[in-house]
Amino acid sequence: MALTRDQIAMRVAQEFKDGNYVNLGIGIPTLAANYVPKHIEVMLQSENGLLGMGPYPTEDQVDADMINAGKETVTAAPGASIFNSAESFAMIRGGHVDFTVLGAFEVDVSGSIASWMIPGKLIKGMGGAMDLVAGAKNIIVTMTHADKHGNSKLLPACTLPLTGVNCISRIITDLAVLEVKDKAFHLRERAPGVSIEEIIEKTAGKLVIDGDIPEMMIG
Amino acid sequence: MAGFDKVVTSYADAMHGLEDNMTIIAGGFGLCGIPEGLIAEVKRMGTKELTVVSNNCGVDGFGLGVLLEDTQIKKMVSSYVGENALFEKQLLNGELEVELTPQGTLAERMRAGGAGIPAFYTATGFGTPVGEGKESRQFNGRDYILEEAITGDFAIIKAWKADRYGNCMYRHTAMNFNPMAATAGKITVVEVEEIVETGELEPSQIHTPGIYVDRVIQGSFEKRIERLVTSKGA
Repeated sequence: MALTRDQIAMRVAQEFKDGNYVNLGIGIPTLAANYVPKHIEVMLQSENGLLGMGPYPTEDQVDADMINAGKETVTAAPGASIFNSAESFAMIRGGHVDFTVLGAFEVDVSGSIASWMIPGKLIKGMGGAMDLVAGAKNIIVTMTHADKHGNSKLLPACTLPLTGVNCISRIITDLAVLEVKDKAFHLRERAPGVSIEEIIEKTAGKLVIDGDIPEMMIG
Repeated sequence: MAGFDKVVTSYADAMHGLEDNMTIIAGGFGLCGIPEGLIAEVKRMGTKELTVVSNNCGVDGFGLGVLLEDTQIKKMVSSYVGENALFEKQLLNGELEVELTPQGTLAERMRAGGAGIPAFYTATGFGTPVGEGKESRQFNGRDYILEEAITGDFAIIKAWKADRYGNCMYRHTAMNFNPMAATAGKITVVEVEEIVETGELEPSQIHTPGIYVDRVIQGSFEKRIERLVTSKGA
């Protein structure tokens, strides 16, 4: 069975190590904050200028001056710091953030990513995504393996305008965990009950399958 | 005004000198930390053909979005737009031009503008549409593009507290782009929640030193929340 959005988020959270600083994009990546293993601590960076993002506020705690990069009201966790946008992107661009997790329209075998613009549709902007993919040490892309018409999003070369080149190391989809290296997608894990054949069928870029591919441990 | 006293008492004085075709740099992220009264004054003045540099362009009817209503903005320099239908309409019918710039690059372009650095190299945007037509260069085997600094005729800023000398402090994430924007205006105007007497602010806690600030005005803020999300609590 293909993973749900929450199950993808659960698998993403398993990547984090104790003491990591992590930036989570909007959508599935944000859900990963709910599944950080109990025995480790991670600190969430929000690129509008908050390191140590806490949970959403209670009604009493709501403060218009306290928002996240998705413009939602948030709180600051104990040990948080707040700073300006240049400082925020200095820590991103300077490689101080351990993990960035973000969604994408397409990823290719070179590790290039397209996530911000579909020609012919209204262009809203890249926000901080280009800075994040240019700066983080480890970038994880979360997305469905194929679009709703069944077309693969893992390609020999991206067709849409890029967000960044040669920057993606790991992809977690509803079907598989893949590593990007040596101009190929390397299959590392498959979703429980998903066949290798289905993954092959839905991966348009070069796919390397080495030995037995274990099922993901979810839940 | 005398000496270092930057306080003005009317919005007309605060925005005096703003003319058609000027560039305004505005602090704020979404609707958080925006100079609400200064934006309202720009709307009241009816100044046209403005270039506005700000991370976003507000929403329909609030924030910088109100400047679209009388087509006062010619060009917007932002990282993310499209929270307002009017913006989309003016973009599609050619009344409005937009220059999209990555968020971190935008912050650094303002910072560089205020710091006397004409341009800088960044890896952000290399190999993407943002890098097209820009000079590129390798350092230690990695590709970078040259991005140019931004300065403005006016910078409009929202701060929490300022003293009469223009020393400013920001509150929580309402800081965002405000400190960089404050350095990059030929005339920097700060609208604040509270003006305090000079000497009241702890010098080491000041975010924006008064040297960057030309005018300070006491504002009153609606502080509209763009996306209210709450938890049930414990």
